[in-house]
Amino acid sequence: MPVGLVVVSHSRALADAAVELARGMLPGREQVIEVAAGDVDGGLGTDATAIADAVTAADSGDGVVVLMDLGSAVLSAETALELLDDDVRERVVLSPAPLVEGLVGAAVTAAAGADRDRVAAEALRGLAPKQAHLGG
Amino acid sequence: MVDAEALTAWVREFARLVHEQRDELTRLDSAIGDADHGANLDRGMTAAVAALDAQSAAGPAAVLKTTATTLIKTVGGASGPLYGTFFLRAAGALDGVPDPTDPAALARAVRAGLDGVVARGKAERGDKTMLDALGPACDALDEALAAGKPLDEALGAAAQAAADGRDATEPLVARKGRASYLGERSAGHVDPGAASATLLVQAAATALAGRG
Repeated sequence: MPVGLVVVSHSRALADAAVELARGMLPGREQVIEVAAGDVDGGLGTDATAIADAVTAADSGDGVVVLMDLGSAVLSAETALELLDDDVRERVVLSPAPLVEGLVGAAVTAAAGADRDRVAAEALRGLAPKQAHLGG
Repeated sequence: MVDAEALTAWVREFARLVHEQRDELTRLDSAIGDADHGANLDRGMTAAVAALDAQSAAGPAAVLKTTATTLIKTVGGASGPLYGTFFLRAAGALDGVPDPTDPAALARAVRAGLDGVVARGKAERGDKTMLDALGPACDALDEALAAGKPLDEALGAAAQAAADGRDATEPLVARKGRASYLGERSAGHVDPGAASATLLVQAAATALAGRG
């Protein structure tokens, strides 16, 4: 089974749009991308219990890479790790990659069957094409 | 005896103080943050009290665990995972302890909660965060208990240390969270997280009085 991906964002709309953009790179391919976004009332916010549930849903035993936006999304993702069973927690990587670029890199790599550490490394390299293009 | 009923009373009193101070916490957060601390924490603590009301009789660790998961689920902002981790680690420290109702067990639980906040937020004292109130409060509690003082007096000293720590955040420049984007402009305002953490300690001093 391919590595599962989880998108954590303050905004459900932002997360769904990022997933749509990434899926555009995967025509005809299966890839698990779970979303944990927004607060319990559908407003802006993050919820560690929802993130833990999304990780569990995305985990097929070969690892999960979590992409997130900023601020409390990072703290909530770390808190979610505390809520997971030990064996699941060991298979999860929280990626410091930028959300959109990281997700696209991770999705393409995961769908091609790469292992978790390779997927996480590609997520982290997601910013490289833009930096090269803009000379940054 | 700091039993489940006493810990529930602590959570309730914290919720009451947060509700009462909601506008003040938001006012502090509007000066150096995104003006949602009072509303977020009030929503979370109101939900925590409701969850405890709905829960059938449970032990001390379960009271703190329910509070933790409810805060994590309902707060939305950074104070959710931070206060959630505080209560989660505190619950873990009480779990399986021979006598979780001993004041020394409470002190160890609060210390474990503090360590959790440090691990989660990666802040240090002096960064203008909730740690600036919670850290000195833990130290004062430990010192007073170690000196053989009764729990009432120890919690009173902790509440005073928290308030002093909170007031001392005013001239500091924020180094964590949204306030850190303001740089030097964050000086001159009390930190909202230190203000709410002081309420947490004051609530313990009030609700646990006479329980030692």
